[in-house]
Amino acid sequence: MADTIILEVERFHPESDTEPSYQSFEVPLRDDWMVLDALNHIKDQLDGSLAFRWSCRMGICGSCGMMINGVPMLTCETQLINFAPGPLRVGPLAHFPVIKDLVVEMDDFMAKLQKVKPWIVRKDDFQPEREFIQKPAQMETYHQFSLCINCTLCYAACPVSGLDSNFIGPAAIALAHRYNLDSRDQGIEDRLDIVSQHEGIWDCTVVGECSTVCPKGVDPSLAIQQYKLTATKEWFKSFLLPRGKN
Amino acid sequence: METSAHDILIIGGGGAGLRAAIEIAQQSPHLSVAMVSKVYPMRSHTVSAEGGAAGVAGKDDSIDEHCYDTVSGSDWLGDQDAIEYFCNEVPKELLHLEHWGCPWSREPDGRVAVRPFGGMKKMRTWFAADKTGFHMLHTLFQTSLQFGSITRYDEVFATRLLVEDGAIQGIVGLELRTGKIRAIQAKAVIISTGGCGRVFPFTTNANICTGDGMALAYQAGAPLKDMEMAQYHPTGLPFTGILITEAARAEGGWLINKDGYRFLQDYDLGKPTPTPVLRSMELGPRDRVSQAIFGEFEKGRAFKGPYGDYVHLDLRHLGEHKIESRLPMVRELCLKYENLDPVREPIRIRPVQHYMMGGVHTNIDGETTLAGLYAAGEAACVSINGANRLGSNSLGELLVYGARAARSAIQYIQSAPHASQSAILSQAADEERRLEEQFLHKTGGTERIANIRNEMSHTMETGCGIYRERETLVESANKIRELQERFRNIAIDDHTRTFNTQLTSALELGFMLDVAETIVHSALNREESRGAHQRRDFPKRDDSKYLAHSMAWRSPEGPPRIDYRPVVITRWPPGERVYGR
Repeated sequence: MADTIILEVERFHPESDTEPSYQSFEVPLRDDWMVLDALNHIKDQLDGSLAFRWSCRMGICGSCGMMINGVPMLTCETQLINFAPGPLRVGPLAHFPVIKDLVVEMDDFMAKLQKVKPWIVRKDDFQPEREFIQKPAQMETYHQFSLCINCTLCYAACPVSGLDSNFIGPAAIALAHRYNLDSRDQGIEDRLDIVSQHEGIWDCTVVGECSTVCPKGVDPSLAIQQYKLTATKEWFKSFLLPRGKN
Repeated sequence: METSAHDILIIGGGGAGLRAAIEIAQQSPHLSVAMVSKVYPMRSHTVSAEGGAAGVAGKDDSIDEHCYDTVSGSDWLGDQDAIEYFCNEVPKELLHLEHWGCPWSREPDGRVAVRPFGGMKKMRTWFAADKTGFHMLHTLFQTSLQFGSITRYDEVFATRLLVEDGAIQGIVGLELRTGKIRAIQAKAVIISTGGCGRVFPFTTNANICTGDGMALAYQAGAPLKDMEMAQYHPTGLPFTGILITEAARAEGGWLINKDGYRFLQDYDLGKPTPTPVLRSMELGPRDRVSQAIFGEFEKGRAFKGPYGDYVHLDLRHLGEHKIESRLPMVRELCLKYENLDPVREPIRIRPVQHYMMGGVHTNIDGETTLAGLYAAGEAACVSINGANRLGSNSLGELLVYGARAARSAIQYIQSAPHASQSAILSQAADEERRLEEQFLHKTGGTERIANIRNEMSHTMETGCGIYRERETLVESANKIRELQERFRNIAIDDHTRTFNTQLTSALELGFMLDVAETIVHSALNREESRGAHQRRDFPKRDDSKYLAHSMAWRSPEGPPRIDYRPVVITRWPPGERVYGR
């Protein structure tokens, strides 16, 4: 086995470049290194100007998502050795505007997160003196959707997000669904108004790429399908009953 | 320069900062809150906490018992008034989190479940499987999104506190995306920037844990308290330093040396039993368990690996179901980073720097010595943790004292002094010039940031590891001084503005060198052994001299000045720490 590997890293600097280019770096090929370790080697020893985000290096903070050979992955939990003999290409997450090198703009995603009202909504202002009773089976209904780390790999994988930036997208829909399914929450109608709009769930073409790339085993595709069903039921109900009174 | 103004500004978007922001938004919705964080809040290091948050829940438990465990766990260096307040408030805070949607693990009847934890005499640790910090952080962040009075400055790096006439007036921040330097004014500032684990080479801490808030306060003249008290967690993965939660032992995991022997029994921590016994063996406090593992290294009873000595954490007898339901992240981390399944193989572990008991000195109201400046969470030292924090007390602390600092700040700004606008802006302009001269426009430097950082962290491990002594501490102190000098000659290759992470690495390194220096000097001055601070040359606890917090004050040139402040003792006079007997 060779003891080095070539990383072709996408570079883009808005102050000097009109379009991105690739720069090759030769780094040690160590079997205990993740792709992130290789990027840090470049930054520390070869080129201090390379920009990328990272923090926890244990797959939970969600900062270090990038395209590795065209597939969105967390660089901190992707082994370098898997790409031997190389070269491997590292680029910024697809479908996001690039700020610099491997750093993408998060504004749009952050706005979408907030838009789905990802907090407990109580219509009755009820606050129990102790905890809300929630049996393990009730928690099970939403639990997987609460595991999203907001890494946005699903947006980089989603073909609809690529075509239409108005699409509210997999992670935000999964999060809305997470609160809708939570027995403590009463906000489903508020969220339906947002998520069932044109740019909400109906845009999804059920490709399922979002669930495939999720590093945390969340299934946004399932959330979207379940949401469609709920929205359809509510839509029918709205003909039978005045809105909001059921 | 772009300027903006708010009532209260919070630096740091982790658990303590978010809790503070929510408290202000709920209590005083008319107040404008600024949250300044160098990362998006959900990236903050609270996300990596695993095991749980302690708060009295069961009928068989009491606030006094939680207090006693915390006091004895702290080796009597915790302030007992702060500990009592903490133990009283934390159950209410954990309930708030429940009402805000935190998916706490449940009993079959739907009540919140609790688990045992190290150094705790009763089961009182609330948990969300082994992703407690992750769930708490996301719950807090998502809850905060409903409040329009909170303005977030995401990816803005605070470089300096603005202080005029002895009172805080805001901060200067570097906006990463544009490289613009901004003055953000506020009548009160809360520091909640977390710890400084990255001054050590082998740490569970995220890359962002560079002690920024500690250094900002210190540079502005506020003292750092008990900085020698750096906690080593017993169970980190050998190469990466990734944390394997104490919950693994709470659920029944065993620590085993190369002879297959549960060695903790040799360290006055009790006798082995098949199922866990509270405050005994694997459920001992972190300082004692880490010291015991180190003892095995010294006796040659550990395994040898490419990254040094290690022992085994064996979970196999717990079975797949328990590991999957209670410790899913442990399994996930082992599979991804160690290529092993803890259901079938023991986990290789060694002690790893994990937490700072020390931090920005505050009183029980979260106030620092600087008018209008508050601190909470790991960045602060109030102090409830003293010389050794008990596992699962930090997540509760950031809630309790995040909220309390917020209430203090609300009260303070009712009568906060006004400062001259031109004086504040002139300070901000000075800071902009400093950043440009020393970093952005700097050419000709020869020292690589990474090299200084590596030398710093290695001397910290040598001098301020699990065991310390005068000779190596003096060496480390000299080394840090040398690095402070060499830091002035760092090489900056990137002189552009947009998302210049070389610039932020340099600023972080500057912060870390200051914080490291306070750690070394506080450790050098404390000539006794207490909790996490073990001096080979002074192996006994010395209450006659050191039942006191060390306070590190910045001096204009040279190392910090250290003085002492008595510990607050209310109901629990100093005694022996007894575990397993």
